[in-house]
Amino acid sequence: MDDETRNLAITTCILAGQILIENGSNMDRVNDTVYRMGRAAGLKSFQVFTTVTGMVASSDHLPNAQAVDIRVRKNNLRKVAEVNDVSRRFVNGKLTLAQTYAELSAIDRDQTNLPEWLQCVAAAVLSGALLVIFTGDYGDVIESSLIGGIGYWVFLVLFRKFQIKYISEFSAAVVVGVSAMLLQKVGIVANANATIIGSIMPLVPGIPLTNAARDFVAGNLISGPSRALEALLTAAAIASAIVLVLRYVA
Amino acid sequence: MTTVPWWIQGGLSFVAAVTFGMMLNIPKRAYIPSGLIGTVCWLAYLLINQWWHLGLALSNMIGAVLISIFSMLVARRQRLPMIIYNVPALVNFVPGGQSYRMIRALALGNQALAMTYLYQVLVIAGALSVGFGLGDLINAAIYGRKFIGPKPISQLLRPKPHVSKPRDL
Repeated sequence: MDDETRNLAITTCILAGQILIENGSNMDRVNDTVYRMGRAAGLKSFQVFTTVTGMVASSDHLPNAQAVDIRVRKNNLRKVAEVNDVSRRFVNGKLTLAQTYAELSAIDRDQTNLPEWLQCVAAAVLSGALLVIFTGDYGDVIESSLIGGIGYWVFLVLFRKFQIKYISEFSAAVVVGVSAMLLQKVGIVANANATIIGSIMPLVPGIPLTNAARDFVAGNLISGPSRALEALLTAAAIASAIVLVLRYVA
Repeated sequence: MTTVPWWIQGGLSFVAAVTFGMMLNIPKRAYIPSGLIGTVCWLAYLLINQWWHLGLALSNMIGAVLISIFSMLVARRQRLPMIIYNVPALVNFVPGGQSYRMIRALALGNQALAMTYLYQVLVIAGALSVGFGLGDLINAAIYGRKFIGPKPISQLLRPKPHVSKPRDL
């Protein structure tokens, strides 16, 4: 095995890990996938260091380790499934190293997601369903759905334009709170508190919460706290928006 | 508070899990299974919390354990990562109502009430974490733990066996 193949093998492993971390996989799975691929590629003494914001991998006493810097969080679970599929085929010997690298970089470049309007419709339905489950309040289902969908749309647009997650969530929560309070003053919404509970739920950080719990339990002392912090920051953004609305609008 | 009949809650938890999955762009063939996991686990939660009155912590913990077990089951059948079923099913268990009421009590200056809700939020979050841990444990007990790690660094370089020469006295 020459140095070029080994370098390509390390790059392929690190690319798989990068896509998994960016799209919200838990760290146990990332490490497992990367080590399996490294073993299948025939790397000896392969070592990886994974954090939520970057990865370092080295092998075979090559003079240089490879590192990757991870800054974006896309939370696109379909890519996790696709990387899983590719790595399984590679480990089973159905793909060569070069084919694996090509498929992984195609996955990485692929930007297709559900269309925005469909995501907003899903957010609206989610708001209505969780309103009933959490508060037992049937009266404001349609209003809560509408506000939830609009709030999530505001989040998507702001995030696409400015790429700052927490401020986008803050603004979306302000929109949700203000519109619920105003509609209550006009008399369309009966219970603004319940409406806000339902409409805010699409902004909940589901993937960081789940990963924080699982990484903590798995004993990963770098990834667990940082995922928990990610979830807490989102929660704090939403909470401060709600405090503002309750203090100055209600 | 909850006067909603259980079958409506079950249906709505299905809808909530599927729509949250759609927002996270999970593969289409995982929609129905993740929704069903959401429904089953939420109904188990209702059974423990509302009918048997066994408390907030135990009901959330068992809900999380069930989410872990069912997710692993379906994940192995469909050959997809477990997180695709975990996250959508969890959305029903997120303490959104309590968090909002805590924030509201804080904003309106009612510290005692805020502490009550903060306590509930912490209990639910802790119970969910412990539940996921227990679920992983049960999964490892059923399917075996197959995570692959690195070789220990002390075993990487094999030095030549040291042959001691007979000392001539």
